[in-house]
Amino acid sequence: MQTLFLFGASEGGLFDFDATLPLMAVQVVLLTFILNALFFKPVGKVVEEREDYVNTSRAEAKKKIAEVERLETELKDQLKEARLEAQKVILEAEQDSENLYKEALALATSEANASREKARREIDSQRDQALNQLKNESDSLGDLIIERLLAKK
Amino acid sequence: MGFLPFVFPLAELEVGQHLYWQIGNFRIHGQVFMTSWLLIGALLALVVIGTKKMERDPKGVQNLLEFLWDYIRDLARTQIGEKVYRDWMPFIGTLFLFIFVSNWGGALVPWKLIELPSGELGAPTADINTTVALALLVSLSYFYAGLSNKGLRYFEYYVHPTPIMLPFKIVEDFTKPLSLSFRLFGNILADELVVAVLVFLVPLVLPVPVMFLGLFTSAIQALIFATLAAYYIGEAVEEHH
Repeated sequence: MQTLFLFGASEGGLFDFDATLPLMAVQVVLLTFILNALFFKPVGKVVEEREDYVNTSRAEAKKKIAEVERLETELKDQLKEARLEAQKVILEAEQDSENLYKEALALATSEANASREKARREIDSQRDQALNQLKNESDSLGDLIIERLLAKK
Repeated sequence: MGFLPFVFPLAELEVGQHLYWQIGNFRIHGQVFMTSWLLIGALLALVVIGTKKMERDPKGVQNLLEFLWDYIRDLARTQIGEKVYRDWMPFIGTLFLFIFVSNWGGALVPWKLIELPSGELGAPTADINTTVALALLVSLSYFYAGLSNKGLRYFEYYVHPTPIMLPFKIVEDFTKPLSLSFRLFGNILADELVVAVLVFLVPLVLPVPVMFLGLFTSAIQALIFATLAAYYIGEAVEEHH
């Protein structure tokens, strides 16, 4: 009796097809629409929005990195230029100071020379004067001696 | 109550017995609908809770739902293809979720505690009506997918490499739903029977690994059904060159 039931004789059994089948199909189709509205659409929206967000953020970050790199190279160039400029300025300043030093040295040397020359000339003239005086005195002394000798005679 | 040529009085096993509900001239299996409504209710409750307050940084149930969504999208996309998978994702996903919830619900919920006048509560997928309904829906949907995507050119598929394939392809249209429905039905029913028989024979320890195996089978069967359904739809919408 039971064995007959198993193969869906009249009542019951494993292969007992009845209105369960279409009703279940309708139920699953309904469930599909309900899940589509409650689950697949909203979750899909959120997931895809997040994917978009991640993608745009990543693109933006990439853009920013590129910008930063560009600025970095620019700044590096500027820095290099500034350094060269500074070196040039330093070199110029050194040259200037050297020139000034040389000028000052030359001036000082020439002044020293001039004053030395002047001093020598003064000494010379004084010596000449002294010599002249001595000569005159000796001349007059000589004259005097000659006079006295002549007078004694 | 006897079951096949078993000599044991398998009192717990009530295979092939149903709780009939009469609706007009039709009769339906009440126990299938009772369990399926409960399980669908649980599924919908989970979905409603998880989607109530969705944020960009997912928390709690939203994580689970997004994981499921991602999983189903990958399944549908790999089988159906980039072009039309969006249209069929809800159907594939519903098949997967419904079968999965049914299988696991049948295995995990102690339905035996609820006494019915006839038949017993169990996985809705252990009833042939359910699996055939699902398989026929798959058949209808792949026909619909093929016809709506390619019009009458869909029938080129039947003579695709050579016209010799025609009879085989026609037979395939019948074997597809047959294998789909019987695979699911057989696996789930066999799992329930094995567990029941083992519980009856050796009520300690031994049924536990079989129960775990049953959970594994249940998940795999849900995946197989959904994957094959997606594959059939993908096959129908695929462009031949």
